[in-house]
Amino acid sequence: MITFMNNSDSEEEPCNERTSLMSAESPPVPSYQDGLQASEAGEAQAHRKRRAGSSRGPNSIAGGQTSGSGVPVRESALENEEEELTLKYGAKHVIMLFVPVTLCMIVVVATIKSVRFYTEKNGQLIYTPFSEDTPSVGQRLLNSVLNTIVMISVIIVMTVFLVLLYKYRCYKFIHGWLILSSLMLLFLFTYIYLGEVLKTYNVAMDYPTLFIVIWNFGAVGMICIHWKGPLQLQQAYLIMISALMALVFIKYLPEWSAWVILGAISIYDLMAVLCPKGPLRMLVETAQERNEPIFPALIYSSAMMWTVGMAKTDTAARGPSQQTWDAAEDGRQHLRSPSHAESQMSEARNPVPTRPVTSLEELEEEERGVKLGLGDFIFYSVLVGKAAATASGDWNTTLACFVAILIGLCLTLLLLAVFKKALPALPISITFGLIFYFSTDNLVRPFMDTLASHQLYI
Amino acid sequence: PAFGLFIFTIARDPLRIIILIAGAFFWLVSLLLSSLIWFIAVKASDPQDERLQKGLLIFGVMFSVLLQEAFRFLYYKLLRKAIEGLVALSEDGCSPISIQQMAYVAGVGFGLMSGAFSMINLLADALGPGTVGIHGDSQLYFLTSAFMTMVLIFLHTFWGILFFHGCEHRRWWEIVAVVIMHLTVSGLSFCNPLYVGSLVPSYLLMAAAAAWAYLLSGGSAQNLRRFLLCKC
Repeated sequence: MITFMNNSDSEEEPCNERTSLMSAESPPVPSYQDGLQASEAGEAQAHRKRRAGSSRGPNSIAGGQTSGSGVPVRESALENEEEELTLKYGAKHVIMLFVPVTLCMIVVVATIKSVRFYTEKNGQLIYTPFSEDTPSVGQRLLNSVLNTIVMISVIIVMTVFLVLLYKYRCYKFIHGWLILSSLMLLFLFTYIYLGEVLKTYNVAMDYPTLFIVIWNFGAVGMICIHWKGPLQLQQAYLIMISALMALVFIKYLPEWSAWVILGAISIYDLMAVLCPKGPLRMLVETAQERNEPIFPALIYSSAMMWTVGMAKTDTAARGPSQQTWDAAEDGRQHLRSPSHAESQMSEARNPVPTRPVTSLEELEEEERGVKLGLGDFIFYSVLVGKAAATASGDWNTTLACFVAILIGLCLTLLLLAVFKKALPALPISITFGLIFYFSTDNLVRPFMDTLASHQLYI
Repeated sequence: PAFGLFIFTIARDPLRIIILIAGAFFWLVSLLLSSLIWFIAVKASDPQDERLQKGLLIFGVMFSVLLQEAFRFLYYKLLRKAIEGLVALSEDGCSPISIQQMAYVAGVGFGLMSGAFSMINLLADALGPGTVGIHGDSQLYFLTSAFMTMVLIFLHTFWGILFFHGCEHRRWWEIVAVVIMHLTVSGLSFCNPLYVGSLVPSYLLMAAAAAWAYLLSGGSAQNLRRFLLCKC
């Protein structure tokens, strides 16, 4: 029997530099994704039963493999029921994640295609000190690898730093850091973005209007992300800042470095989450031990959460989750004592809520949402955006990468349902995306172009 | 119209969306492999020889069609396994989605992807300035491309249904018929720019496939009449 953790963590610190001339703060850290909240060791067992059961035919549902006596059958029936619900909601969760990822990618691609600014090369970040304008291929490759090493080491250092801070309970520092970086993102980057978009469409806007717009946008964003706010608004803001971040990356990372970095980050993600001494895994475990949620500004969650523990800065993603009951729809906000929502669903897992829930305890059980780290959003969007920006096959390649990433996300969620612990969301999707990008760009494009020129259809 | 299909019938149910995307993915992989083959063939041959290139292109197209059908078959296998899993999971012993729905969604997935790949660069170029057919090519290029793409998307949908039905009931002739139809349609597109030769038969084939799929899915003339009468 395997025990499963139900928490995972994703973190990223928004990057704060703009050009190589500004001082840098924390770079983003890759993130991994959180699991479905309802999991139990029993479910894995039931899951395994299901897998075996499917080869025996659809009739051996509950208790096919158990001894057949009353109690185990009932138990496995219960587990099976829970398992079904998990997997039934599984498809829904996948969609709940598809939609924001798609939205983010759409925003990034739309911006890249229309606004010239993000495809011009205006310098590099100080995290990628080696230039790619060298004459020879070998030199360029070497430079990109060196850039990658620098970037990854910066990320590792930052992650370890964050984990140490978390371990030693320097919460204020972490929160201050997060608040500062999200402030920067929300105000500065939005200002730049808005400026460029207005420039592209030749729309004039005077400074006072601009100031008011950006101030409102930024202030509401800060409140939504770090404090309480309607779920959809929070999700929208998280998508916006991921898109902004991704755009910054697309602009400032040189070509080959970007691809190598994407590859290296997926490997790093894999290791950081799965190795026992990996920083991200330690973060998750520590958070679980203390029954606290992970920093709200770093994770996208698709369902609501009650505030737990750290009352000050928790983002309560308030608002009805999709499998709701009317009771929950009031958006009740209670501060709960530590046994809930994310980490302790296992205890509260009693009869699965298929009937209308009225009591508060049962309300907890429904907070099943899947959480995905913002870093994942960012890197997916970077991949698709780069494909849109640099591929000469334009839309075909972009579309191919998009589908590849979505499939990768599906597979990752499937694995999550199987393993029920924190999993890195980056590797599978990014691998698929990279494979599809390079192959579509080099192989499919000439084929399709030739077909289109003769107007042949396959 | 394909988008309309998507919104009205698929977007509601998350499981269908997943199947759709997976279908698109399979089509993409098949395209990848076939273009790999074509690419190798082209690289290995003489780029100056026109006839050879054209021949290679035809070969590439046919091969791609065959690969697509092969991938449809693989996808069918995968969906069968998935359905068994879903059935085992569900409460009342029957799966939340039937194999026919899956067939339909898979067909739409294939179709959408193939349509997207055929049309989207065209659309992007169409947004820009330019005149159609300025070098003596047909002026109806965009229109016919649009129609052809639409017919292909629909055909993929119907082929999906027919194919899965054939696999379910082990009627090999249905599967062979689908493959032959696909080859025919692709072959017909070689007649371009003589559009009469390619568009009209394609539409006829599509009507035939539509009727066949409809009958297979349990519809009948009576159902159709009732449906139309109820509405108006």
